[in-house]
Amino acid sequence: MPLLELREVGARYGQVVALRGVSLTVDEGDFVAVLGANGAGKTTTLRAISGTVKTSGDVLLDGDPVFRRRPERMAKLGVAHVPEGRGTFTTLSVLDNLRLGAWVQQGARGRDLARVFELFPVLYERRDQRAGTLSGGQQQMLALGRAMMARPRLLLLDEPSLGLAPLVTREMFDALRQLNEQGTAIVVVEQNATLALEAARHAYLLETGSVVLQGEASVLRTNDDVRRSYLGY
Amino acid sequence: MANLLQQIVSGLASGGIYGSLALALVLIYRATGVINFAQGELATLSAFICASLVGHGWSFWAAFAATVALSFAGGMGLHTVLIRPLARGPLLGIVILTIGLLIAVNGLDTWLWGGAVRQFQGPFSTSPIRVGGVAFSKQDLGVIAVSLVAVALMGLLLSRTKLGLGLRAAAANPDESRLAGVPVDGMYALGWGLAAALGAVAGVLAAPSLLLEPNMMQTVLLYAFAAALVGAMTSPLGAVLGGLGLGVLLNLLGTYVHWIGGDLRLAAALALILGLLLVRRRA
Repeated sequence: MPLLELREVGARYGQVVALRGVSLTVDEGDFVAVLGANGAGKTTTLRAISGTVKTSGDVLLDGDPVFRRRPERMAKLGVAHVPEGRGTFTTLSVLDNLRLGAWVQQGARGRDLARVFELFPVLYERRDQRAGTLSGGQQQMLALGRAMMARPRLLLLDEPSLGLAPLVTREMFDALRQLNEQGTAIVVVEQNATLALEAARHAYLLETGSVVLQGEASVLRTNDDVRRSYLGY
Repeated sequence: MANLLQQIVSGLASGGIYGSLALALVLIYRATGVINFAQGELATLSAFICASLVGHGWSFWAAFAATVALSFAGGMGLHTVLIRPLARGPLLGIVILTIGLLIAVNGLDTWLWGGAVRQFQGPFSTSPIRVGGVAFSKQDLGVIAVSLVAVALMGLLLSRTKLGLGLRAAAANPDESRLAGVPVDGMYALGWGLAAALGAVAGVLAAPSLLLEPNMMQTVLLYAFAAALVGAMTSPLGAVLGGLGLGVLLNLLGTYVHWIGGDLRLAAALALILGLLLVRRRA
């Protein structure tokens, strides 16, 4: 039984249809990349999962459909959504940001904080500083750390590499790989298809709200259309 | 010299009341972006409730505790029933609502308890206590102590507890807080409840000296606004310090600047509000 399943999910913003009958599956411990151009519906797919947008169709967690999804509820069910732009609480300290991540866990455990600081030592150094003073890359690490504090079963990441230098991006994907090895399923939405396909095991390609291609990441990487349109060679 | 110290302490006592109410205003403004014009009247209502309980034979501190708890619950209920439904509309709608609430609560107080001024027996005696050779009013010292404890407890709640963190997060970034699992609307209600509780403290502390009647807190509200503006409506510390400072300043002005006296103190406070608003615009 897959951890997450989307069945013919549709979504619209007013009159504009963003998703048309998207179906996808994420197994326990899977690493899935959702690719596509701007406006293809990648962000909306994540929003559909976390309940940030109203949808038609079914979203199933552990085989059970979750009706009337709301972000607070999905967080309690073990889904951590890191939206585009990282969503840092800039006026709170780094430590408070992390503590907030553990809200669904009845409060931060020292072990969880230690895990985050081990992965991202810079967060420990700046733990008492206002999160708004961190660089873009550090804020992305903070966003990831905050999501980790919730000990999620499923981590949704929207454009984590946006605005980050290549080196920082690689570090971040290394961290994601580690997290995945420890058992967290990851769905990453990325315009940087190369990096995403290297890290992921499965991938879905969206175009104007529909899935046009899906399969193992290694297969998609060698697909001619994908290479031409999204990998640039 | 002794007179100066007495006036300062007396000013701090008034300032503690202004600061408590100012903190309530800041709490609500930061949490829900609303300026609650009814905060003073709600505090008056709390003071009336406390007086009623004492009149029914309750000991003061039991009545005080019950009043604070009731006010907390009332504040939460007020947000859920009146403010939350209007959250998606224009801000002006909520502003008009709080002004309407001000008028309604004032009317309620008059209807339930009459408009006559009445004595309120506080927990502190008005007899003097000598500290270092200077006589201070026990009541002033008691008011300072209680308001500082209330404000300090609020500060600890906000900075050290999980609920306080949730409230700060919901105020700063509600969408992101929801994704983290924080029940944002519940946090807003909590903010209103805490503000009402602080208002209750301010009202009960003010009643012995201001005398209990429906309009009791109207000028206090203005002073509280001035104090809150010192903290730009968003700094809790600024609001409390502003309140204390304003209390002392107004008292000293009233005592030592003869042409200000008691009558122009309110005008002085309003001038301060105006000045702060103008300065803030430029800065």
